Amino acid sequence: MAYIELKNICKRFGDVQANDSMNLFINKGEIHALLGENGSGKSTLVNMLSGIYSPDSGQIFVNGEEVVFASPEEAIKRGIGMVHQHFKLAEVLTAKENIITGVKGSPFINHKKLTEQIYNIGKKYGLIINPDKKVYNMSVSEKQTVEILKVLYRGADVLILDEPTAVLTPQEIKNFFEILRNMKNEGCAIIIITHKLNEVMEISDKVTVLRKGKTINTVITKESNFQELTEMMVGRPISLAIERTQIPETDKKPLLEIKNLTVAGTDKLNALDKVSFALTTGEILGVAGIAGSGQKELCESIAGLCHAISGNILFKGEDIVGLNPRTIIRKGISMSFIPEDRLGMGLVGAMDIVDNMLLKSYQNKKGIFIDRKEGKDIAESIIEKFDINTPSVYHQVKKLSGGNIQKVLLGREINLQPQLLITAYPVRGLDIGASYNIYDALNEEKQKGVGILFIGEDLDVLLELSDRIMVLSHGKVMGIMNAADTNKEEIGMLMLGQDIAKGVAVC
Amino acid sequence: MENTTVQMVALFLQTSVQMGTPILFATLGAILGEKVGHLNLGVEGMMLMGAVIGFQVGFSSGDPALTLLAAGSAGALGALIYAFVTVTLRANQIVTGLALTIFGTGFSSFVGQKLAAETLSDSLVKSFAPMEIPILKDIPILGKMFFSQSLYVWLAFILAFVVYFFIKCTRYGLNLRVVGENPAAADASGVHVDLYKYISILLGGAMCGIGGAYTSVVFIGRWQEEITAGVGWIAVALVIFATWHPLKAIFGAYFFGMLRTIGFKIQNLSIPFFGNSFIIPTQLLDMIPYLMTIIVLVIITLRKKRENQPPGWLGNPYFREDR
Repeated sequence: MAYIELKNICKRFGDVQANDSMNLFINKGEIHALLGENGSGKSTLVNMLSGIYSPDSGQIFVNGEEVVFASPEEAIKRGIGMVHQHFKLAEVLTAKENIITGVKGSPFINHKKLTEQIYNIGKKYGLIINPDKKVYNMSVSEKQTVEILKVLYRGADVLILDEPTAVLTPQEIKNFFEILRNMKNEGCAIIIITHKLNEVMEISDKVTVLRKGKTINTVITKESNFQELTEMMVGRPISLAIERTQIPETDKKPLLEIKNLTVAGTDKLNALDKVSFALTTGEILGVAGIAGSGQKELCESIAGLCHAISGNILFKGEDIVGLNPRTIIRKGISMSFIPEDRLGMGLVGAMDIVDNMLLKSYQNKKGIFIDRKEGKDIAESIIEKFDINTPSVYHQVKKLSGGNIQKVLLGREINLQPQLLITAYPVRGLDIGASYNIYDALNEEKQKGVGILFIGEDLDVLLELSDRIMVLSHGKVMGIMNAADTNKEEIGMLMLGQDIAKGVAVC
Repeated sequence: MENTTVQMVALFLQTSVQMGTPILFATLGAILGEKVGHLNLGVEGMMLMGAVIGFQVGFSSGDPALTLLAAGSAGALGALIYAFVTVTLRANQIVTGLALTIFGTGFSSFVGQKLAAETLSDSLVKSFAPMEIPILKDIPILGKMFFSQSLYVWLAFILAFVVYFFIKCTRYGLNLRVVGENPAAADASGVHVDLYKYISILLGGAMCGIGGAYTSVVFIGRWQEEITAGVGWIAVALVIFATWHPLKAIFGAYFFGMLRTIGFKIQNLSIPFFGNSFIIPTQLLDMIPYLMTIIVLVIITLRKKRENQPPGWLGNPYFREDR
């Protein structure tokens, strides 16, 4: 009998059957991966185990005893804690304060004892943290450590981690996995949700694959492989290789040249500091870096949304610094930036797909009236080309799923037939099938001779898709390498601001 | 001669502290609300409700404790309306707060109609009269400023320390801060977000009400329309001046009390100026505290320390993530 058992769990949201008679068995001292595409029901399932939702039917057993959780508090009383994908921390407070929030006890906090307790828990698992450090001063991985400590402090020995590695660098992931192994050796049960296959292979003991609200199978990781897991997850065989189409050097012409671009940041540091690079036609230049290293400012300054202090942006030899965004768009530069909330830039959520198309296409028309026919045509062609799942072209954009929203945005930008396409995080939160759609579309553009600046998160993808990779750290270019000649470790070091040749931090 | 100057300064400071007392109550009340993420522009309204109900009950009963209780309850009642609309119904905080101020103003005028000619009983006046503390009262200047004051004035002063200690040092205070910084984090940690908001906003309202009653019952001792004269608005700005810190609010409140006193003291003073003598118009003097408020806000905004920023979730309603 397993320590945690979920049997025949069903959960329905409106018309959607999110969980359809799911089963999950977890043992202590085991790292169990939940693998599935978007909408496969992973999050719903663990949310029921952690007390956020309650199941419509089915049973949950902890240590052989049936339990019903009405709130996260009750789940934690049974030792089940969850670390959310988006951290739930009060930034202006210290680690210690965040850890103890909501814990019942005497009205006054014994700081000395608390620090000691946190230290002892941390020592047991290798979670090192300064309890008095303010959260806003912390790196992403430190914040994650605080989240984990928060759960452990409450006495949890079953940890649910929702996409914990999405925000970490390769080095940080390595440390993080080390911590997970320590916890496992101490007898904790760990459930890790992910859609990164290589991580599943590396860290997990067992994998349960979910698809469309059903548990497909649970397998022992060692006895399975990439191909088998992917097929279970997607439901059909799929090729995992991204083709890097080669464009002959002779066909490449200079397109964009950036010289010593400097952009002011919100604090004293510059968001971009003397950034220089060049991009040719028919080339994908990947940009790697920890979130907030200047990617956004780079995109925005090329698109004319953000003003440079100094430096030049030469587009086909012409300096476009200081031109307004509309003039820049007319020159053939398009940008699709997918922020974390997906809708924040580029699309208007409350408008339908046709109107969102018109936002850009109207500009080439004369007269004061808009031509809806054109917008409708564009919308229809994009829906067909990118296989967008929508009831009609008149469907409000914000009501589409995240992946479909991203396809609408990227589709619109590609439809403008740009010469330079800037795309940031185009596959953010997308599942495998949808991601490969987007990679194919980018490759297709590249073959047409478009120059692409691809700002990405997943280093594996960056390495496979890009021709060259530029690494940003604190607004500085740490290096530009041929994708074929570099590896994840090298990029990871550069992302952390470490100069490989010197082996020391430069900033 | 020197002696009279010292006496004048002492009297000036004593009045400043008294003038600052309602501001202090209201600022503490507003801080409590904002600490749980609720910007309440109804401070002036809650003060007026407390002022009129406090005066009415003080007038009818003559009991000081009952007066305070009534004033606090009236303020809390105003806050309850605000809390229901903004916490439970998640309506816009700015609009709700402004509506509360307009409501409170009208309410106080209505209830106060018959109170205009009334005076309070001697025993009530006596119980709120300045108390002189032996020995300490003889310290030059400070003696008059702090040690010959009404119990009511000390109450505000002590309350600031209590609020500070509660927020900073207790488990409940920590939970309260997290609610204002990131309600989702509080919720996930098992804190009852709405309960904390209600309690905090209601306590804040009670403080505003008590602050209002100080003006009507103690400082002026008579009822007049819009008796708080915009103190509630100064308090809203002072919260920022004090960077949401109850102890800094003490300084802020007494400082603005001083500005208001200056306005009073020199309103009929003729000032010689190149052979002519001028009387500074009262209206101009009335502007001083508000002008200072604007200047202070500009200065505060220039300081960019993370700890001095407003609570992270200030002004936003909280929805538990639902699908």
